[in-house]
Amino acid sequence: MDSGKQVIQSNRIPLSTSVSVYLSGRRHIILWVLPLSFLLIFFFYPLFRILALTFSPDTFTTENLLQAGQVLLFTVYQAALSTLLTLLLGLPAAYLFARYDFRGKSLLRALTIVPFMLPTVVVAAGFSAFLGPRGLVQELLPAISFNFIGTLTAILVAHVFYNTAIVIRIVGNAISSLDPRLEAAARSLGADTLRVWRYVIFPLLRPAILAATLLVFLFDFTSFGVILLLGGSRFATLEVEIYLRVLKLPNLSLAALLCMIQLACTMLVSVLYSGVVVRSTIQTAPRSEASNIRSPKSLREKIFVSGFTLLLVTFFFLPLFALPFRSFFRLEADRGQRGEVQYGFTTDYYTELFVNRTGSVFYVPPIRATINSLGYAGMTVVLSLLLGFPAALALAKPGRLEKILDPLIMLPLGSSAVMLGLGFILSLGTWLISPWLVPFAHTLVALPFVIRALQPAIASIPERLRQAAASLGASPLEVWRNIDLPILRRATLTAAVFAFTISLGEFGATLLISRPEYPTIPVAIERFLSQPGGLNYGQAMAMATVLMVLTLISILLIEKFRLPGTGEF
Amino acid sequence: MLAVNHLSKSYEGRLLLDDISFTLDAGETICLLGASGSGKSTLLRIIAGLESADSGSVSFDGVDLTSIPPHLRDFGLVFQDYALFPHLSVYDNVAFGLKMRRLPQDQISQSVANALEMVNLVGFDKRQVTELSGGEQQRVALARALATRPRLLMFDEPLGALDRALREGLLHELRMILHQTQIPSIYVTHDQEEAFTIADRVLILHDGKIVCQGTPAEVWSHPGSTFVAGFLGLGNLIKGEIIGKDGDGDWSVASSTGDFTVHCGGEHQMGDIVHLLARPLPAESEPNILRGTVTDVIFQQDRFKVLLENDLYLYLQKPARVGERIEVPVKVECLS
Repeated sequence: MDSGKQVIQSNRIPLSTSVSVYLSGRRHIILWVLPLSFLLIFFFYPLFRILALTFSPDTFTTENLLQAGQVLLFTVYQAALSTLLTLLLGLPAAYLFARYDFRGKSLLRALTIVPFMLPTVVVAAGFSAFLGPRGLVQELLPAISFNFIGTLTAILVAHVFYNTAIVIRIVGNAISSLDPRLEAAARSLGADTLRVWRYVIFPLLRPAILAATLLVFLFDFTSFGVILLLGGSRFATLEVEIYLRVLKLPNLSLAALLCMIQLACTMLVSVLYSGVVVRSTIQTAPRSEASNIRSPKSLREKIFVSGFTLLLVTFFFLPLFALPFRSFFRLEADRGQRGEVQYGFTTDYYTELFVNRTGSVFYVPPIRATINSLGYAGMTVVLSLLLGFPAALALAKPGRLEKILDPLIMLPLGSSAVMLGLGFILSLGTWLISPWLVPFAHTLVALPFVIRALQPAIASIPERLRQAAASLGASPLEVWRNIDLPILRRATLTAAVFAFTISLGEFGATLLISRPEYPTIPVAIERFLSQPGGLNYGQAMAMATVLMVLTLISILLIEKFRLPGTGEF
Repeated sequence: MLAVNHLSKSYEGRLLLDDISFTLDAGETICLLGASGSGKSTLLRIIAGLESADSGSVSFDGVDLTSIPPHLRDFGLVFQDYALFPHLSVYDNVAFGLKMRRLPQDQISQSVANALEMVNLVGFDKRQVTELSGGEQQRVALARALATRPRLLMFDEPLGALDRALREGLLHELRMILHQTQIPSIYVTHDQEEAFTIADRVLILHDGKIVCQGTPAEVWSHPGSTFVAGFLGLGNLIKGEIIGKDGDGDWSVASSTGDFTVHCGGEHQMGDIVHLLARPLPAESEPNILRGTVTDVIFQQDRFKVLLENDLYLYLQKPARVGERIEVPVKVECLS
C-alpha cells in the first residue's frame, strides 16, 4: 500500500504545498502543464501540420507515390543489410564480453560503446578521415585507391560501427544472465556443444537477439547524418529524401508523405520492440555474473578471444584515432595553394577556425559555431530540465493520467529529427528568423532522455526513507530538501549532461531550421566537408575533433554520475 | 501513555484492522505478533501517523494525535530494511532527527556519540552506511531512532533481514537498551521467539483483530483459542464431543484419539463440540493419556520429538522405537 499518498490525501494533515503538489494524485495535472504545453506547441501541432499537408490533394500523385515507394524500398534494404552486418559483428562480440575475461576488457567495452553516443557528424568525419579519398589510408598509401565516400559500403560500415554497442549491451546482458547450470544440465543429458546452443542457449537468447535486431533496425532505418555525409544524395533514404525535398528540390507534399510513411514504420517497429522487451524481461532472471565469466583456456578459445579483440580494436579505434590525427596533419594542398605543399604536422586547421575569411563558407569565424553550439546546449539543458523535472516527478508515481501520458511524452523519440525540422518549418515559419528556435528543437529530442534519467531516480527513493525522515521530525519540506534533492543530484547531473550532449551533436533538425549565420558545430562540419580544398577539409576534421572531445568528456561524466540501471535504452 | 481506541481500517474493500483497542504504559514494551497480512504493520503505521485510520483514534498522554503529522509526533520508528539514508554518513544518519529539531551543534555531536555508544558502534561516525553489514546497518537505524530520545519507539520487523545468530544477539542488546532508556516501545514481528524475548506484553493479531493478549507466560499458558494455540505451536489440537460431567465439574470429552477429562470454562451441554489442546510434554500427575504407535523420532538437541500414527506428537527425554506403542500422561486443556 502506498502510505505516502495516504498521508498526503488525508485532509486533516496540513502540509506545505511544494511536497503535496508532487505527491498527490489530483495535483499531478499542475506538473503536466508545462511539459504538455511544450509538446503541444512544438511537437503535436507541427505533427498535425505535416499530417494535414499529407492529406492535401496534390500529395497523392502517381509521381510522388512512385518515388515514395522507391525511397521506402531502399531505406528498408539498407537498414536490413546494416542490421544483418551489425549482428554478424555484434553477436560474437556480445559472447566475448559476456563469457570471457581478458586483459583490457573494460577498456574495449567502453571503446565499443563510445560510437553509439557520438554525434553522426563525428562518425562520418571519422570514417572520412580513415578511409575517405582525403583520409589517412589513401593519402599515406598512394598505391591503394578505392571509392569509399559515396558508396553503400560506407553507409553500412558506419551503421555497424554505430550500432554494434546495442547488440553487445542487450544480447551480452542476456548471455551473462543465463544460468550456467542450464548448459551443464544439457551437457550432462548428452547434448554436444552444437545442440546446447541450438536447443538451450539460442532459444533463451532469442527474445534478446530479437530486441537488439529491432532496435538496430530502427536506428538504421531513421539514420540521417551518416547517410547524407558518407553516402551522399545518391542514396536517398526516407530521411535524406525528406531533407532534400525541403531544402534542395522543394516538394513539401512529398516530404510530408515520406514523413508519415517513416512515422508509421518506426511506430510499427517500436510496438514490436516493446512486445519483445516485455517477453525477454520476464524470461531472464538476474544471476551472479561471476560464475559465467572465465579466462579463455583451450587454444580455440584463445584464438577466438585474441583474434576478435584485435578486430574490434581495429574497427572501433581507427576511425576515432584517424579523426584527431588527420586534424593535425596536412596531407593535401589547400584550395588555390600553389607551389610546394608543406606536408606534415600542423595546427593551421585549428587556428583557421578563429579567422573570418571573405569567401569562406561562413559569414563569421568558424569558432562562432562552437560558441553557438555551447550556447544552444546550455539553453537545451535548462529547458529540458525545466520541462523534464515535473514530468519525471509525475511519472515516478504513476496514476491513471500517467498511463496515457507516458507513451505520449516518449513519442518524439520515434519521430526523426528531420521530421521535427520539417514540422517546425511548416508550423512556425515566421519564427524561423529567431535562432532561439534551435534549443527548442534540441529539447524535443533530449526531453525523453532527460525524463528517463530522472524518473527512475525519483521513483527509486524508497517511500520508507521519506517516512523515516518524517518520523525523525522532518517536515515535508525538509524531507524534500534533505532526502529527495541530495539523492537526485546525481540523476539531475546525468540528465543535464545527456541534454547537453544531445544538443551538441544534433544534426538533422538543426540542418533544417538553423540560420546560415548561426551555424552549430555539426552544421559547420557538414559545410566544411562539402567544400573542396585541404583547408576546408582540415577544418572539418578540427571541428569534428573538438566535438568528439566534448562528447567524450560528456560520456565520461554520464558514466560517473549514472546510478546503476538508469538511463539505459 | 499511548492509547489506541477502536481503530478500524480497510483497504480496497478488505478489513485490515477491525476495532483495535489497547494501551501502552510508561517503560513498557509490547509486541504485536501476527502472520503477514494480519494488519500489524498497518497498525504501526497508523500510530506513526504515516497512514490514517477510517475510524477510531490514537492518543498519547491524553492528547489526540489524529491531526498531528508524523514529523511532529516525536515517535521513533525502526524499519525492517532500516531505511538508512544512502547519501549520508553514519554520523549524519544518526544526527538527522537532531538536526531537524535544530539543536546546537555540540549537543548534536554529544547525542550522536551517546547513541552510537549505546549500540556499540563507536568509531563508525565517518563510515558510509552503504558499506556496512546488515547487523551494523540495523544498529545505525536503532541509534538514529534513539538519538532524539523519542517518547515512543516503534519497530517494524527490525531483525527480519538478519540471520539467526545475529538476530539473537541484537535482540538481547535491544532488550537491554529498552530497559535502560525506559522508552515505551511497540515491536512488530511474526516471530514468536522474538516476541516472547522482547515483550513485557504480547498482542496476537489475526485478521485485523487482537485475538489474545497478556505477558508471554500468560499467553503461553492460556492461548484461549485454537488459532492462537496453533499459531504458537503449543501442542496437539484435538476436536472432541462432550459426553459427560464428573463430580468436580470437569467434562468428559470423546475424540478420535481417545477420551479426556478436562476443565472447561463457560456453559456446555452434552453433545457440544469442543477444541482441546494436548501439550506435548509428559506430565506425571495428569489424568489424561496420549497413546499411539510411534511412526518417527526426530532428535532435537535436548529432547526427542516423537510422532504417532494418529498425527499426534510428543516431546520425550528418551527416544522411542518406531513401531512401539506408547502411552504418555500429558496436560490437556479446553480452548473453547
